[in-house]
Amino acid sequence: MDLHFGDSKPTDDERAAVDALLGPPESSWEGADRSDADLRWARGGRAARDRRDLLLPGLHAINDRIGWISEGALDYLCRRLTVPPAEAYGVATFYAMFSVKPRPATVLHVCTDLACAAAGAAELCAGIESRLGLGSGVHVERSPCLGLCERAPAALAIKAGDPVRTAVSAPATVHEAVLAASAPDSAPGEPPAAMAVPQAGQGDLVLLQRVGVVDPAGLDDYRAHGGYTALRRAFELGPAGVIREVTDSGLVGRGGAAFPTGRKWQATASQPDHPHYLVCNADESEPGTFKDRVLMEGDPYALVEAMTIAAYATGAHRGYLYLRGEYPRAIHRVQHAIDQARARGLLGDDVLGQGYAFDIEIRRGAGAYICGEETALFNSIEGYRGEPRSKPPFPVEKGLFGKPTVENNVETLVNVLPILTMGAPAYAAIGTGRSTGPKLFCVSGSVDRPGIYELPFGATLGEVLQLAGVRPGLRAVLLGGAAGGFVRPDETDIPLTFEGTREAGTTLGSGVVMAFDDTVPLPRLLLRIAEFFRDESCGQCVPCRVGTVRQEEALHRIAERTGAAAADDIALLREVGRAMRDASICGLGQTAWNAVESAIDRLGAYE
Amino acid sequence: MTVTPLGIPRRLLEFTLDGQEARVPEGSTILDACRAAGKDIPTLCEGDTLTPKNACRVCVVEVEGARTLVPACSRKAEPGMEVRTDTERARHSRKIVLELLASSVDLSTTPKVAAWIKEYEAKPDRFGPDAARLNEEPRVDNDLYVRDYDKCILCYKCVDACGDQWQNTFAISVVGRGFDARIAVEHDGPLTDSACVYCGNCIEVCPTGALSFKSEFDMRAAGTWDESAQTETTTVCAYCGVGCNLTLHVQDNEIVKVTSPHDNPVTHGNLCIKGRFGYQHVQNRG
Ligand SMILES: Cc1cc2nc3c(=O)[nH]c(=O)nc-3n(C[C@H](O)[C@H](O)[C@H](O)COP(=O)(O)O)c2cc1C
Ligand code: SF4
Ligand code: SF4
Ligand code: SF4
Ligand code: FES
Ligand code: FES
Repeated sequence: MDLHFGDSKPTDDERAAVDALLGPPESSWEGADRSDADLRWARGGRAARDRRDLLLPGLHAINDRIGWISEGALDYLCRRLTVPPAEAYGVATFYAMFSVKPRPATVLHVCTDLACAAAGAAELCAGIESRLGLGSGVHVERSPCLGLCERAPAALAIKAGDPVRTAVSAPATVHEAVLAASAPDSAPGEPPAAMAVPQAGQGDLVLLQRVGVVDPAGLDDYRAHGGYTALRRAFELGPAGVIREVTDSGLVGRGGAAFPTGRKWQATASQPDHPHYLVCNADESEPGTFKDRVLMEGDPYALVEAMTIAAYATGAHRGYLYLRGEYPRAIHRVQHAIDQARARGLLGDDVLGQGYAFDIEIRRGAGAYICGEETALFNSIEGYRGEPRSKPPFPVEKGLFGKPTVENNVETLVNVLPILTMGAPAYAAIGTGRSTGPKLFCVSGSVDRPGIYELPFGATLGEVLQLAGVRPGLRAVLLGGAAGGFVRPDETDIPLTFEGTREAGTTLGSGVVMAFDDTVPLPRLLLRIAEFFRDESCGQCVPCRVGTVRQEEALHRIAERTGAAAADDIALLREVGRAMRDASICGLGQTAWNAVESAIDRLGAYE
Repeated sequence: MTVTPLGIPRRLLEFTLDGQEARVPEGSTILDACRAAGKDIPTLCEGDTLTPKNACRVCVVEVEGARTLVPACSRKAEPGMEVRTDTERARHSRKIVLELLASSVDLSTTPKVAAWIKEYEAKPDRFGPDAARLNEEPRVDNDLYVRDYDKCILCYKCVDACGDQWQNTFAISVVGRGFDARIAVEHDGPLTDSACVYCGNCIEVCPTGALSFKSEFDMRAAGTWDESAQTETTTVCAYCGVGCNLTLHVQDNEIVKVTSPHDNPVTHGNLCIKGRFGYQHVQNRG
């Protein structure tokens, strides 16, 4: 390939940020000063190109240190990794957390998504902006869901520097959000993860049993609470035995698509091509979803142990944890857990002295809902734009780096621990025949006790709402997040199982239960959902790239209209929505219109 | 055009196409089979020399048992598959895709699209006068070619042709995302500051005229571009010994652009800057 680098040079800071990640450059070909040896010796080629997957970490390194990515910095990173600058520019501009234009070192992300909008995000933004004004050194960015919906409205401040500093304010007031942005170091700390678990400490919890009980930083404490017994059991059973248990348990994926986990593992394990990879999807950007964050913050070793078991069963020796960039505390906690586990021989060349090698690398997302789609996630890790690939081939055959890959959601993996400790039959006895085990629900909106609830599959919507203390005047409940669907307040007897929601013509998705009372203007909510999908479309395929725009326009037109006056535009929404569902490449475009459609059909919005 | 490779003979597989038995060599796409059967499926992002990106979605067909429609251009035919190409469902998606495209970009120089719009009864105007459009100004920053992204449908063909599928120069990429996604060079600068080597292979594959010869762009602006008055002559490039075939497009005794036959085993439609753009000396008449 002909690599062409412009004349712009990195600043010392930018160079240092990149070198801190990649080590110093070894020759002038990589951007060091020219030496005599360079005249006779060229380095680069395949070895350097094989590091393409460090592009995203490299962009983070620059953005973290400087706050944005200049031409000189980007070109220097490209030189170090032998990546064409045009491609790297295409990658940098894909992610919402990066900027290729100068901006202040501090960015304050203020959530304007569903739960936060209902909790007054618009006034919060206006207040923050009027307090900060021009020249404050803070760039205010309206953000999609920050995964802090139980504490809506939420704000996240990120101050570039060495090291980068972050602070969360939730529930945010103008005063506290401004404080977090101007002095992240002295902002008050976040409440413990257990605060998001109203049932914390109750004896009958399975997935959440340790949240609020163990010290999330303490490996010994984790072990004292039953940690690493599941991995020992896995080594007793052997890989095939583990897969058998998982299959017999009836576990299906908790990431939204509800695919049987045992089948996925079996399909990956039996691929002749090697190496195999394990990817844990911790991107969690579905509006209304925050369960994976609470698990990672409250019980990080459980995820490390569960990933080790999944990798062992499927023959992988390397695991990637793709964690959304907006979760600084989760990243910090899981990284600590990985480091401790490695130091104690629970990760590395010889896990638990069993001669099995496995290690985990965290990859930080940079603000793109679409990167939760499994193949987009592979592209993102590999250093390409986070665009979904077309399937087939499926990940079990050709996934990360073109190799057989098993990808699972955080909650799915954490379920593997009780499956192994209690045995498949006991696990399968929980829940219903076709939806087995415990399930986490992310409850937010107009309820008194928002948070993560764990219930055996089969509980009804009404039971979940009652637990959370639903407020009077319920107007609608959104099930499954922005890609899910609305149901009416009189549909509380819907059983929250995969089959029960399907029969009721809706979906469980990632376990979102968002309640809206009648003070929330429905058309504004629907507009926000449309805006979300328009913003988050990767832009690859026409039905989604343009369809989401046309739908948002139609919703704007009918925001104040009902009945016959809205009929034309509702017909247009349906026609475009049908093509998006049928002809889009990936789940984003295929589901983007679900929630709005359900609001029209079930709630009678615009009637 | 389908090039039949002279390799190891491939096994035939059988499936049903619109109720008829179809037999195609293993590895064929549904589109290959449709074309062999004389069925006309619209395509935009598919190109005969490139791996289809399957991004435009105008070629979608119905496959029995599949939850969504599938792109004919890239889905391989499988034994026993039941494919229907002309159902109401497939036609509906094609119609909407054409409406979405035609309402957002300028398709006036995209061959065949006007006929499809008619055939599928697409009405791009129904999104109203305020429907968002790209509204890009043509970028004229060099003497060889013009980038008029107001006509770009983001088919990714130019990116693939410039990148690992042909040229290996990687001068262009898709930047941004969603409706704001655009084709651009590094740092979105002018072409002259980029890695572009002016081979023009991106122009060769662009299906919409978003990338065009400066000569064509100027003549269109002046109203003198007239394809019916042009002749095409294929000859051999005289610059170096590679032996690329050049097709000279001549109007009023002037070369107005140069392409290359895609089935030529030397070029597969690709040229270098000399063959593609180095024709002025031929027509310098003292
Ligand atoms: C647009 C889109 C976003 C998604 N986001 C997530 C996500 O944030 N977390 C997740 O686990 N799965 C997400 N998924 C589902 C994944 O593609 C995949 O099905 C899942 O990670 C598989 O894990 P599981 O089998 O354990 O559920 C998303 C899918 C789509 C189409
Ligand atoms: S459906 Fe949307 S997000 Fe998915 S590939 Fe198409 S444009 Fe990208
Ligand atoms: S410029 Fe042409 S070839 Fe490139 S993406 Fe746009 S339409 Fe396709
Ligand atoms: S087009 Fe370029 S490579 Fe081909 S024969 Fe001419 S000079 Fe040689
Ligand atoms: S954090 Fe604001 S909606 Fe989830
Ligand atoms: S031609 Fe098949 S998707 Fe574009």
